[in-house]
Amino acid sequence: MGKLSRVTRLYIGAVVLVAVVLIARGPFSGLSWRDVFFLGILAILSESRATQLRQGQLSWSASTAATLASVVLVGPIGAAIVGACTALGIRRGPSFLQRLFNTANYALSAYLAGRTFLALGGHVGLPEESSFPLIIAPFAGAAVVHVMANHGLLSGILWLTRDAKPNRPRTGVGLSVRLLLSDLGYAAYGLLIAALWTVVGPFAPLLVLIPLYVARWAVAQFAEQQKAYEATVGALCQAVETKDLYTRGHSDRVSRGSVMIAREIGMHGDRVEAIRYAGMLHDVGKLGVPTKVLRKTGKLTEEEYAAIQLHPMRGLDIVREIGFLDEALAGIMHHHERIDGRGYPMGLAGDEIPEFARVLAVADAFDSMTSTRSYRGARPVDEAIAELRKWSGTQFDPAFVDAFVAALKREGWQRPEAPTIAGGDLASVTAQDHDDPSSPLRVIDSRLGR
Amino acid sequence: MTSRRHELRRYPWHMRDSGQLLLIAAAGVWLVASVAQTAAAGLVDPRDAIAFGALIAFGELLRLNLPGDRETAPIGFAGALAYALLIRVGTHVVHHTAQQVVTVATIGMIIGALPHLAVGRPARVSRMAARLICVACVAYIFRPLAGITAIERHWGLAFSLMTGLTLLALLLEAMLTALLRVDEQRARFKVALVDELRVQLPLGAAVGASALLIAFAAEVMGLAALAVFTAPLLVTQVQFRRWSGIRTTYLQTVRALAKVTEIGGYVEIGHSERVSRLAVAIGRELGIHEPQLLELEYAALMHDIGQLSLSEPIPGGATVLVSRRDQQRIAELGADVIQQAQVLDSVAEIVRRQNEPYRDLGFVPNGLAGHEEPNGPPLSSRIIKAANAFDDLVGSSLDPARAAAAVEQLRLDTASEFDPGAVEALSRVVRRSSVYPVALLSREATIFPGDDRRE
Repeated sequence: MGKLSRVTRLYIGAVVLVAVVLIARGPFSGLSWRDVFFLGILAILSESRATQLRQGQLSWSASTAATLASVVLVGPIGAAIVGACTALGIRRGPSFLQRLFNTANYALSAYLAGRTFLALGGHVGLPEESSFPLIIAPFAGAAVVHVMANHGLLSGILWLTRDAKPNRPRTGVGLSVRLLLSDLGYAAYGLLIAALWTVVGPFAPLLVLIPLYVARWAVAQFAEQQKAYEATVGALCQAVETKDLYTRGHSDRVSRGSVMIAREIGMHGDRVEAIRYAGMLHDVGKLGVPTKVLRKTGKLTEEEYAAIQLHPMRGLDIVREIGFLDEALAGIMHHHERIDGRGYPMGLAGDEIPEFARVLAVADAFDSMTSTRSYRGARPVDEAIAELRKWSGTQFDPAFVDAFVAALKREGWQRPEAPTIAGGDLASVTAQDHDDPSSPLRVIDSRLGR
Repeated sequence: MTSRRHELRRYPWHMRDSGQLLLIAAAGVWLVASVAQTAAAGLVDPRDAIAFGALIAFGELLRLNLPGDRETAPIGFAGALAYALLIRVGTHVVHHTAQQVVTVATIGMIIGALPHLAVGRPARVSRMAARLICVACVAYIFRPLAGITAIERHWGLAFSLMTGLTLLALLLEAMLTALLRVDEQRARFKVALVDELRVQLPLGAAVGASALLIAFAAEVMGLAALAVFTAPLLVTQVQFRRWSGIRTTYLQTVRALAKVTEIGGYVEIGHSERVSRLAVAIGRELGIHEPQLLELEYAALMHDIGQLSLSEPIPGGATVLVSRRDQQRIAELGADVIQQAQVLDSVAEIVRRQNEPYRDLGFVPNGLAGHEEPNGPPLSSRIIKAANAFDDLVGSSLDPARAAAAVEQLRLDTASEFDPGAVEALSRVVRRSSVYPVALLSREATIFPGDDRRE
């Protein structure tokens, strides 16, 4: 945040000034400095363990719990001091000005929350059993004010610096709502800390925050595993494709195309995720097709054609035991069915074909046409779209063709580069592509051929 | 894999090993004595008993499987510990006995386990017994002390005592589960205990903290504390479930995709799976820890994946029959594939070095001038080398004589080719599994037997 505009600097200056004046005004009499000290340490610790939400921009910490506990235990001024302690959080990243603003923001929000708590009839001090349901309303008011003030001041600065990086992704409304809610959740912990303070004193936050930190640890582990998983599946799919120079990256692109369609028709998040993997894994069964069949340039015999037709089932055999795929399994098995019922392996028609399979079919054929094949060059996107439309209603589901075309218009499509044939025995070359609707496999008709 | 296990008809007393029986019997005796005493004395503070019993039942209902088929019931365990450690509810000092704690915990656990049984999920009695014994220990130590005025008055004393007992309970649980695993999987106790602690520690910390929270907060909030402090643990548990789920999926996927070499006709059907089972059993025999065991399993599953890069399958798929140069090339290609994933570098390394002889007598792998690693290939590579050669010689045959002959053949080559330690461990594993064919091997040789089971 090196180059801030004058207005931004003024804004930060104003927030800091207000915070300093409010704290300086006191009163400091009757303040339990011991509690302020422990709560301040808590604020510093939670700030030091902040989570980066977006690289270098937003981060988020559990300090809300500390400041709101202070609202109950030590009142508005104490809470503001505790909020100001976040300045001492040990964290790499924020610049001096960012840190200054964050601190002032916390102090100010905490002060406002403290005032609200008093105004709504809350009593500062250790809560007892008798204060219990009654304390909840003032505390909830304080929590809402704290979160609103905090987010309000923060969005001010985000708004002022919005043009600094023109191409940065938009701040999703979903993200801010989620943040707001999770902050409110943390605020509720403030009350729990305050309540427990009566019994175990400064150990309260330690106990209260352990389950939360463990949960966050699990979230991080999950994210890490998920990334590793994705990379591993990608690598293994690529291994399957190395056998054929021309289809390298095919799975990856089919996966991307299917996700585009799925998003366009408003599929639910979990299903989009499943179809992504279905796209990556849809051709693993091709490995069961003998190389000589894939390489054959002339017409295929019926046996050879049958071997090709078997590949969706082979694929299913491989991935069947992967529990979470469920719906994706049906997609992998039926991705060569046709709407008119002339596809394989089962000859399903229309709505009998699982939705995933109909989506995959469109993306699969499109990528095949826009990639280079040994018997033809890559076709331009427009031509491939025309071809999709031509077979829409006979081979493809028209709804998904339309969705794909709409998504393509908006997001564009990255065609693969033509492969360079290096020679050697590492890879073979497909002579005919079973995915290509514009040049169907040529099969010797047994009735005429013999 | 699942079907294979079901094929074998086993009777309930075969399912339980001696350690499990001992544990269950101990819990049973303790339980019967406690229930009898509680019944004679009557329930003290029935309202609290019912509330905590309900919490324990709820927690048992939401059981959780951690990676490695570790069944836990975080909320139930926390609830039971909290009940054992309770001093006051509001201003009222509670007087329930240790026997009552055990009774309430057992009834809660049984009620919570019933729905699982109803939908046909197996009852893990030994795990429940382990949890119950931990709770009982804490209760029998703390309940008599809870009445002492010094502890009632001084929160510092109570706090340290309760924290210490909670830690004790968690440690005891880890030890008991490690003992069970030693019995089930023939792991070494020290190895099993370290693995157990590593997996259980994070969730254990949350469980312990929640137990203390509930016990303390009941003083301020009354029984509402149960609901209030169960909520964060519930959130934590949900996150752990997701984590555990993706780990399972990962393993299933690697297992499944390792089969592509079989479908492509590059290797014999079942080869990768057999090698991986055998390798893991050997690894466990040699005291390898679980994270490395998982890497070993991945490497063993994918040890032949380099063959995908060959344009024509090797006839019969047995890599033992091709020249050393080709073997090395396949290993290199496979390692390259795995390295693509960028997260499995150590697995790639194991695969890359799977053909290197145990002691370097002049063989120099591609590109490496032999001086890089004076100590030879990593243990996991040596294990895979032995397991792979064994499977190439024996295949899916169940003939003990053939297996013994294969072991002898490997043994003759331990001067330079095979690691003598790995071969001896292999020999022990094979001897065991020829006494109790397949069944035993299939049970001890998967790291995560329960992960095959779909929820």
